[in-house]
Amino acid sequence: MIGNQLIDQYARNISDEKQHSVISGSAAGTEKRYQVLHKDYPDPDAIRKLAASIKDHTLHHLGDYLAKAEQALVSRGVNVHFAATDEDARQTILSILQGHGVTQLTKSKSMAAEEIHLNPFLIENGVECLESDLGEFIIQLDDDEPSHIVKPIIHKNRREIAATFLREGIAADYNDDPETITRRARVHLREKYMQAQAGITGGNFVCADTGRVALVTNEGNSRFGMAPVGVHIALIGIEKIIPQEKDLAVFLNLLGRSATGQQLTVYTEFINGPKSANQPDGPEHMHVVFMDNGRTDVLASNCKEILRCIRCGACQNVCPVYRQASGHAYRSTYGGPVGAVLSPILFGSRFPELADLPKASSLCGACNEVCPVDIPIPDLLLRLRDKAHREHIHSPAAIPMSPFATLATSPSLWRTAMTMSKAMNHLPIQVAPIKPLQDWLGQRTLPDSHGGDFRKWMKNRKK
Amino acid sequence: MANPIARPLNKRVLLMGTCLCDAFYDDTAKATVEVLEHLGVSVEFPDNQTCCGQPAFNSGDWTASRKVARHTANVFSGELPVIVPSGSCAAMNFHGNLLQFEENPDPAITSLANRTWEVMDFIYNGLGIKTWPGKFEKATRLAFHRSCHARGTGTGEAVRTLLASIGNAEVVPFGEAEQCCGFGGTFSVTFPHISGKMGTLKLDRILDIQPDLLVGIDMSCLMHLSGLAQTQGRPVKHLHAIQVLRDTLP
Repeated sequence: MIGNQLIDQYARNISDEKQHSVISGSAAGTEKRYQVLHKDYPDPDAIRKLAASIKDHTLHHLGDYLAKAEQALVSRGVNVHFAATDEDARQTILSILQGHGVTQLTKSKSMAAEEIHLNPFLIENGVECLESDLGEFIIQLDDDEPSHIVKPIIHKNRREIAATFLREGIAADYNDDPETITRRARVHLREKYMQAQAGITGGNFVCADTGRVALVTNEGNSRFGMAPVGVHIALIGIEKIIPQEKDLAVFLNLLGRSATGQQLTVYTEFINGPKSANQPDGPEHMHVVFMDNGRTDVLASNCKEILRCIRCGACQNVCPVYRQASGHAYRSTYGGPVGAVLSPILFGSRFPELADLPKASSLCGACNEVCPVDIPIPDLLLRLRDKAHREHIHSPAAIPMSPFATLATSPSLWRTAMTMSKAMNHLPIQVAPIKPLQDWLGQRTLPDSHGGDFRKWMKNRKK
Repeated sequence: MANPIARPLNKRVLLMGTCLCDAFYDDTAKATVEVLEHLGVSVEFPDNQTCCGQPAFNSGDWTASRKVARHTANVFSGELPVIVPSGSCAAMNFHGNLLQFEENPDPAITSLANRTWEVMDFIYNGLGIKTWPGKFEKATRLAFHRSCHARGTGTGEAVRTLLASIGNAEVVPFGEAEQCCGFGGTFSVTFPHISGKMGTLKLDRILDIQPDLLVGIDMSCLMHLSGLAQTQGRPVKHLHAIQVLRDTLP
């Protein structure tokens, strides 16, 4: 029997509550994004094409720009590290922390850190590591996984969160009012910020000309995380470089609008290096860890456009498959359309295991339409389907296509088949013992066959 | 999705009927011929045509789909425009084929790409027909589902404008118009659950506006939506835009 695809199975078993959270959260994001983008820009398409070309240019000269960024960062007193793999990145960060005697830190939201499972690693190694983004904090309390790039707890509702807070002693009583939940988290986190010795952040953009790191949040948590500590570590994927500071105008305008429908995120920080002599506070030590972890492999592949991604989540919000299945169905850090491309190739050794992800798409193209850096996601999904086929990795429910090709290249056979398909009108096909056909016809009717009728009509009228 | 701009215009065209019209929707193909002839275009139907090859292409079996694409390019060889009553099959010709031949470009494939038009795009942007002299007998609310493979092409504007110019017609917008109908060809077979839920959501939004008629430019989307609607006991009257053009002519 042919089984269904894993993501379809996941979607079939998802709870109504979880699915409702995902659908309403993602649909709201799409609507707002559209309004804000079109209110401010008569032709948003031109801007996203510009953003795409800046990213492509940078990726094409990535080695040069990385060297330039390193030089600029070092000249500002930043320690720069390069990590080839996830293990290198984890060890580098651990040894920086140990070098500074850090035992307690806060961490703001970072997909790069999610990707290398930094948090559990640090905790295992005796460093208390608290997530300070509200969503990630809740994920950490629940020992859950984020399911959306921008809204990690899109799959949860406030009742679940209120129950978590009560269970974990963050709150003395059950209260699911969102404002109360947020206030309670704030009280808890503020205390932790003051105890921490280091702050870990990601980095949205690094300007190669000046080494300035741009960081966006809506909660100000990365700012809090850096203010009282002596050490700041920024873990950044090597594809986050942009050539010049002035390019930030393009990317920051697109990122806020595409991610959350905001003209700009509430907090946008431009980090210049460690605290200078005349600054009252801030970390005395700043480390930037540039991480490869499969990115140069992606750059060498025929899906390199995915490295343009600025992690806005717009493709997840608009994707009809993501909405039905949730981010968890994608079995990796990155879910939805971007994840369906990135996960199988970024974690190259996992390609056979994740080769079904690119198939979880009707190729509707909504993802490309909303992508602020114009990534041709459907094309990349198709290239990965071709790759899987060439590597003989067949996911469940694959339909063999060579009989189809034979039929479609034999015109007389094709015409006969069309005429004969009329027999279906008189056969009880809904009871045919073919599972996929039954699954299909369980929900849908097929129209009556008119096989060959048009050809006959066309021929007769020519006479 | 790239849409060639400078495509040939000719009063003689080749019709690519699509496999769905060949098997189920003969009237859509007939309407295509009748409307084009009404506009003074002579239509030829190469008898050896089969399918654009999309099922194999989308499944990742590009060995099979390239074989079909070469057959199609051969059947439609020459200089004449190729007109398709389907946004999806048209996009296969002018976009998908270029993708699967990107490493080894084939002049016949490129030629087919450069000559292919979705039929409503051809009428509106090719022939320059900007209003339609048709009329519904009584006030008619139309829901237009653009179809995903017409993203980034001239088809959406063409259909909306032509439909809106028909007497007694009102094109009523509905929510979440960017969402897919859930068909996706083999996708609906390998992801039956998600596909069904997608289609149901789409139907909900379409039926919100209580249309008299659902209009599309891909019989595949209409087959999926109407098949779901039928099973769910809320059938919806549906036609291809080209049928609406023909049926409303005086």
